[in-house]
Amino acid sequence: MEREKVIVELKNVNKVYGGSNHVVRDLNLEVYEGEFLTLLGSSGCGKTTTLRMIAGFEEPTGGTITVEGESVSEKEPFERDVNTVFQSYALFPHMTVFDNVAYGLRMKKTAKGEIKERVMHMLELVQLGGFERRYPSQLSGGQKQRVAIARALINRPKVLLLDEPLGALDLKLRKQMQMELKRLQRKLNITFIYVTHDQEEALTMSDRIAIMNEGVLEQVGTPTEIYEAPATRFVATFIGETNLFEGCVKETSAHHVSVVVESGELRCRAQGFEKGEMVAISVRPERMKYSAEPVEGYSVRARVKETVYVGSVLKAIVVLPNGNEIKIERLAGQKLPPDGEVYIYWDNGDGKLLHLMDQVFYRTIESVKLA
Amino acid sequence: MTRRTFRGKVLPAGLTIGPVTLWLVFFVAVPLLYALVMSVCSIDGSYNIVYRFTAENYRRLLDASYMQIYGQSIFIAFLTTIICIVLAYPFSFLIARAAGRKKALLYMLVIIPFWTNSLIRIYGWKTFLGTGGWLNEALLALHVINAPVDFLFTRAATVLGMVYCLFPFMVLPLYTSIEKLDGTLLEASADLGATRAATFARVVLPLTAGGIFSGSIMVFIPCLGYFFVSNILGGGNSDVIGNLIERQFGKGNNWPLGAALSIVLIAITLLLVKLYQRCGGDMESFGA
Ligand SMILES: Nc1ncnc2c1ncn2[C@@H]1O[C@H](COP(=O)(O)OP(=O)(O)OP(=O)(O)O)[C@@H](O)[C@H]1O
Ligand SMILES: [Mg+2]
Repeated sequence: MEREKVIVELKNVNKVYGGSNHVVRDLNLEVYEGEFLTLLGSSGCGKTTTLRMIAGFEEPTGGTITVEGESVSEKEPFERDVNTVFQSYALFPHMTVFDNVAYGLRMKKTAKGEIKERVMHMLELVQLGGFERRYPSQLSGGQKQRVAIARALINRPKVLLLDEPLGALDLKLRKQMQMELKRLQRKLNITFIYVTHDQEEALTMSDRIAIMNEGVLEQVGTPTEIYEAPATRFVATFIGETNLFEGCVKETSAHHVSVVVESGELRCRAQGFEKGEMVAISVRPERMKYSAEPVEGYSVRARVKETVYVGSVLKAIVVLPNGNEIKIERLAGQKLPPDGEVYIYWDNGDGKLLHLMDQVFYRTIESVKLA
Repeated sequence: MTRRTFRGKVLPAGLTIGPVTLWLVFFVAVPLLYALVMSVCSIDGSYNIVYRFTAENYRRLLDASYMQIYGQSIFIAFLTTIICIVLAYPFSFLIARAAGRKKALLYMLVIIPFWTNSLIRIYGWKTFLGTGGWLNEALLALHVINAPVDFLFTRAATVLGMVYCLFPFMVLPLYTSIEKLDGTLLEASADLGATRAATFARVVLPLTAGGIFSGSIMVFIPCLGYFFVSNILGGGNSDVIGNLIERQFGKGNNWPLGAALSIVLIAITLLLVKLYQRCGGDMESFGA
């Protein structure tokens, strides 16, 4: 794949509120032209703050933000080539749908005829033809959302920022709007930076996902990368379900690491780990296998606790001797382990080895120990 | 509607709404009715009220000498209202956007004057503005002027006193409407390319127009009636409608004529409030 053009770049961006509340830490992020990038993270992790810094409503405490290679630090919000869709819609209540959508064009002193043409076209695009005379108070939540999107898109911004734009909609409407947003984004080929705390939404809509945790960017990658190869324990547990085996590295070879966990010794295909390091092995429930006999290289014995049927998937919970519960998932029609004792195992590539400690921190304490 | 109870018994409606109703009847309805009746009564040669119907009082309101005072009063009220808007708008914005102790402090600055009788405060201004007052002494000391200037007994002094008295009535509704203004709307406006001035003109001003309107009514109407301000600071050079009314009940001793004037003033007030409601204003912003 050819190298994509970076349109927004955040370099060592920090945000501290009130002198001590460190909300965003050393954030480095490159957003490519035309991509759909999602900032995903739990509540309060700094997603909105990051978005507001790009829009210009908040000043970074440190670091730089560039749009198309130009630093935007000195630019006021109204001078930036980005537009925002606010979670609360923020439609002007005293203006009709037409005037709301036309607002940006009027600010640019666009000719009257052109305004009319472009607003009508944009309203068609978001399927709101015929609504131009209504006031925001006469619209449903979904319709207001479409007006907010139309109002931002009509300015043909280089980047559109969306802060949980579907948060206030019910499930059915949200699914529908997800599809429509994706369609719009492809059609107009505008870069979207999308904030959500709904992982399913992030996985279905995004080209890439950036996962934030307490102000730190944990991993950036395609939905598949994030799901299949989580970089940190947080990412592994935050996206989808997973089973974690925590332990200590016993031996390392060129491509393999053997790890001592409570229930025995496990081998993983991994690199870049050190002897004695605290690690966790993450195995997705649908990759978890079982057998009546012990399997070479794995010998984790478990007892089947319960099996449940959740629509199209079957789930089993098995209990390890130490009391930890392990989830196994199969699609309907496949088999789950029978009651009784089983040995659980997984294919070599399915167990992802994760560092449990920050690497810098780990090396520091190791060097102290040696000294 | 929930019914009030006392020791488990539902009280009769007459008893529960009684106090408020009584209050309204005795202090609003009865005096109004009395004024209405009196305004169509005649007077005899020695200015005693005679209960005989006449429209003469209302006809006399159109006399040229009165017309001149209406004009002057409306001019003063208009000027006062404009000055109040210009001063109170930024101030209200400051209160609405301030936080914590600063907000409480600014709010107190508006409220504190209410703790002293306005008559006394106006006399304070008189001492301050007079030929021997502090203002003259300060200006003389700074050699801005060579001889004392009489600031008193001018229209400007009256307007100053009116603005001073009525300023809080402009701040309160303005503050309420600015406080209600959603900050993300201002961000949205800036985001769409509007400069601060454009945001003010297209978003802030239209959305706080209700506050400006109710504040204006609350300043304009009393301004027509605050006779003591023009008495003390205007010294008869800038009479308002209130002075006319006061005079009929005092020196003029023509109560029916005073009553007719009052009724007209009340009618204008009601008309303005109705107009305000027609324009979509809510009464809530009056009750700040
Ligand atoms: N103006 C502010 N002053 C002080 N602290 C703030 C301010 N805005 C946000 N914070 C704090 O910064 C942290 C991150 O807030 P932010 O709004 O970025 O979170 P978020 O990831 O968008 O969360 P959510 O999913 O709930 O919207 C929170 O702890 C919040 O309390
Ligand atoms: Mg947020």
